[in-house]
Amino acid sequence: MVDQKKSDVLFTGHYDQPDLMGHFGRFGGRFVAETLMGALEDLDNTWRELWQDKAFQADFDRDLADFVGRPSPLYLAERWTNERGGAKIYLKREDLNHTGAHKINHAVGQALLAKHMGKTRIIAETGAGQHGVASATVAARLGLECVVYMGAKDVKRQALNVYRMKLLGATVIPVETGSQTLKDAINEALRDWVARPEDTFYLLGTVCGPSPYPEMVRNLQSIIGREARQQIMAKEGKLPDALVACVGGGSNAMGLFHEFIKDTSVKLYGVEAGGHGVHTDKHAARMSSGRPGVLQGARTYLMTDEHGQITESHSVSAGLDYPGVGPEHSYLKDIGRAEYPTATDDEALDAFRKLTRLEGIMPALETAHALAYVDKLAPTMDKDQIIICNLSGRGDKDIHTVAEIDGLDGFEG
Amino acid sequence: MRLKNCFEQLQASNRKALIPYVLAGDPPGQTINVMHQLVASGADMIELGFPFSDPVADGPVIAHAHERAVSQGVTLTDVFAMVSEFRQTDNVTPIILMGYLNPVEIMGNERFVEMAADAGVDGVLMVDLPPEAAGELHGMLQERGLDMIKLITPTTSDERIKKICSVASGYLYYVSLKGVTGAATLDTVEVAERVNHIRQFTDVPVCVGFGIRDGESAAAISRTADGVIAGSVLVSELAKFATEGQAVVERVGEKMTEMRSAMDSLQDK
Repeated sequence: MVDQKKSDVLFTGHYDQPDLMGHFGRFGGRFVAETLMGALEDLDNTWRELWQDKAFQADFDRDLADFVGRPSPLYLAERWTNERGGAKIYLKREDLNHTGAHKINHAVGQALLAKHMGKTRIIAETGAGQHGVASATVAARLGLECVVYMGAKDVKRQALNVYRMKLLGATVIPVETGSQTLKDAINEALRDWVARPEDTFYLLGTVCGPSPYPEMVRNLQSIIGREARQQIMAKEGKLPDALVACVGGGSNAMGLFHEFIKDTSVKLYGVEAGGHGVHTDKHAARMSSGRPGVLQGARTYLMTDEHGQITESHSVSAGLDYPGVGPEHSYLKDIGRAEYPTATDDEALDAFRKLTRLEGIMPALETAHALAYVDKLAPTMDKDQIIICNLSGRGDKDIHTVAEIDGLDGFEG
Repeated sequence: MRLKNCFEQLQASNRKALIPYVLAGDPPGQTINVMHQLVASGADMIELGFPFSDPVADGPVIAHAHERAVSQGVTLTDVFAMVSEFRQTDNVTPIILMGYLNPVEIMGNERFVEMAADAGVDGVLMVDLPPEAAGELHGMLQERGLDMIKLITPTTSDERIKKICSVASGYLYYVSLKGVTGAATLDTVEVAERVNHIRQFTDVPVCVGFGIRDGESAAAISRTADGVIAGSVLVSELAKFATEGQAVVERVGEKMTEMRSAMDSLQDK
């Protein structure tokens, strides 16, 4: 039984999560029907074997370099830093990856696994469409069939990415159930997988879901933090004081945080979608207003009513519009290692415009939530301190949404 | 005890269990009538689903029923009230609650087990609670004499079957098909082989569900299994005739009668 008490142990510098059963403290685990257990055990065994395998690591490193275009730059945002008058703001440019977001990192890694397991069909869920595009991309490259489940509401607000997936040869299936967003897309992908586990690989797009996904996706994304560490040491000769990333499921945040968890001088901030404000019922602030429960295979902080029904989340950005969160984030919150502030729709939109005008970089609306928090955080810090913000994706896909908010009804994205 | 007695009586009379599944609160206000009708039409025990917003192991028919019941605001407490009311006139037919973990987590295991036992529930099947994680709930259920029903599937390894059998009581639910509820047609020969295989590991009765939609398939499965579970076919009838008052109760009763007589005529031969 999960109650509201915090974990017994606070963070002391030692970190070896998760355990072999996929538990991050009291969070995580593998809460699925027996019908999925066989497929998950197969995946778990293959994953553990390959992650230790030198040939696999070499293939993965080569794909990250030659196909994704890594390392991604660590960019000093000088005009923004000067405008805020506080800590130096560095941006980890995941938006410059092939396909325009961090999602391609774990997609490339999982595709190698799929190939190794002899699967001929890839399925994926997507919210903002970035993970769907990344999955369709790796499937095209390997000549695999690709089916992407996407909430019907997200199909509308991310039309550009839907067409990109189609051009790449993927079948996009709009999901009409529930809130018609990311959560429902994951439900449908799980249902698909249960029916065809022999030939299908479920390429899950975040650090959520049943074990081993939270650990596997984190490890495949941890290249972000490893590079950032080397880059900041080369540029500044010291570790950063704060890391900031947006958190939907939480893959880009875990990718940046993982390498720094043991460095207690580095503060970790995961920014959730505040929607219309956490005091309203339209937001996706799982950490500040949710409670622990079980959804889609893991125990984690959730948006749920007092009867255990999952409640609808809201965010202007499809990628953060999800009522659950990766279980490792729930754990980091409970042990006090990371903080989870929020940024509202309006704050994110302001940050979107600000970065575009000040730095000539148009961020994804998801990323803009992290930027909005950096905008508040930087002036509270000293000039010799350093913030690294994960610029997790580029904003082309959101131009339509921003144009509509600007009242340009006739704009066709 | 109701569950154990029921299987003993069935065995004594050389009959197989017929186990319908319906979702509590769908259609609204009819569940108790439907349950009584199912019993009158030949059901030996009832699996009563409780609604959840994200029923990920269910196919469209049962998933839509969950959606309808959630939108009507049907809660676990309401479901316990239905069981209590059913028990006022039927204190014999076993009732197994079936559903997903989150509503139970939010209520708390202790209160859930307390309310289930007080209402007259006999067994609990938590779809997304694997045996590895079932320890606390299992212990509490045992203390109150409730059975924990577990699923076994076509892809479950022998190692897992052993693990599952070590915590299962009441009956084992063998899922006859890969996929979600309401999927395709089933291969009765393959099912028979698997059921016999599972019996090596346990004395707990093995019942089979998924893919049973009429008298013929129910009878075919009852040749080897200890019981036959029918869900989607009933839930789909309930949805089709939801607005027709008493007619919906009769329709679902007819389905049950069809399965019962097909199973019994086989047994009589």
